[in-house]
Amino acid sequence: MVEMDGMRMVQTRAILSYIAAKYNLYGKDLKERALIDMYVGGTDDLMGFILMFPFLSAEDKEKQRALIVEKATSRYFPVYEKVLKDHGQDFLVGNNFSWADVHLLEAILMVEEKKSDVLLGFPQLQAFKARISSIPTIKKFLEPGSQRKPVPDDKYVETVRRVLRMYYNIKAN
Amino acid sequence: MSGKPRLTYLNGRGRMESIRWLLAAAGVEFEEVYLETKEQYDKLIKDGFLLFQQVPLVEIDGMKMVQTRAIMSYIAGKYNLYGKDLKERALIDMYVEGISDLMQMILVFPFSPPDAKEKNLESIKERATNRYFPVFEKVLKQHGQDFLVGNKFSWADVQLIEAILAVEEKVPDVLSGFPQLQVFKTKMSNIPTIKKFLQPGSPRKPPPDAHYVETVLKVFKK
Repeated sequence: MVEMDGMRMVQTRAILSYIAAKYNLYGKDLKERALIDMYVGGTDDLMGFILMFPFLSAEDKEKQRALIVEKATSRYFPVYEKVLKDHGQDFLVGNNFSWADVHLLEAILMVEEKKSDVLLGFPQLQAFKARISSIPTIKKFLEPGSQRKPVPDDKYVETVRRVLRMYYNIKAN
Repeated sequence: MSGKPRLTYLNGRGRMESIRWLLAAAGVEFEEVYLETKEQYDKLIKDGFLLFQQVPLVEIDGMKMVQTRAIMSYIAGKYNLYGKDLKERALIDMYVEGISDLMQMILVFPFSPPDAKEKNLESIKERATNRYFPVFEKVLKQHGQDFLVGNKFSWADVQLIEAILAVEEKVPDVLSGFPQLQVFKTKMSNIPTIKKFLQPGSPRKPPPDAHYVETVLKVFKK
C-alpha cells in the first residue's frame, strides 16, 4: 500500500503506473507507453517466478532455480538483448530513460542472485546493466544504506507467513 | 488489410475475453484468428509474432501487442476509457487490477483437478462476496453515480460487468447482498455496445467446456 498525493493506493501495477506517469518515465505517447507496458509485463512475469521462491520447499527451490534461469535465458533476456541490439540506443524505449529500464535492471539483478553468470551470452544486457547502474539515482539506490531491501531470508519468510497468515505451502510452477 | 484489430487466441475465453469485452464496449470491430493446433502456435513463435512466445496477441495500429494488461491499457487509452487525468487512471487501474485477481481464479478453474473443483468454487464465491464485490458496492453507494470512476463510462466498468457475469455463471445468486451492483449490472448491460455484445452471434465466447480445456492443453503442450 502506498500513500501518495492524497490517495491510499494498492495493487502494485496501479501504483507503478501512477509513479511512472507522474515522473515522466512512461514514454512520450500511447505507443511508447504500450511498448513500456509490454516490456514491463515480461520482466514482471520473470520476477513472478522469483517472488514465490523463498516460500518453496528446499526440493522445489532447486527446480525453481533451474526454471528461473531457463526462462530468463530462453524467453526474456533474448527479447531485451534484441531490442537493444536492433536500435542501438541506451534505453529500451524512445531513447529515453523509462520504467521499462528500471524494471529490467531490477529483474537482471534478481536473476543474477540466483545464477551469477546468467548474463553470459548477453553482451547488450551486460552493457545495459553497467549503464543503468551508473545513473546517479540508481547508483545511490544500489549502495549500502539505501532503501533497497536484501534478498529474502528465513526471518522474512517467517514474518510474511505470520503477518499474512500464509502458512500453506506454495507449489512450484 | 482491413485496419481492424486482429486477435489471435484459442476459440474460447481465457485471457483474451477481457480484451474482446473492452473492444466491443468501445464499439470497435475486430477480426479473430483461432489457434487450434500446436503447429499453428509453434509457427507463430518461429515467425517472430509473439514477443514472449505467448498469446494473447493483438495486432493493432501496426503493433504486434502481447501482454494482456498492456493491450487493454492501450485500448482504454486510445478509446477514452481511461479517465480524464492521472488520478482517475490510478483509480481505474486499482479497480481493474483487483477485479483481475478475481478473474484469475475463474480463469484457472477449468484446469483444476476434479477433486479440487468444489473447494476452488467455494474460494471464488468467498473472494467475490467478501473481498471484491463489497468494494465496488461501496464505491457506487458513496458517490451515487452510474459509473465507477469520474461519472463516466470507463475500462473499470467494463471489467466489473464482465466479472459479475462470470461469477454469476458459477454462483447464480452472488449479487443477492449487493443492491448497487444489481443496478449497475442492469445499467451496463443496457449500454448499446455492451447490449450488442451480450446478444447471440457476437464475438463473446461461451464458458470454457471440456473441449476448450483439451484444446488448450494440446496447443500449449511442451
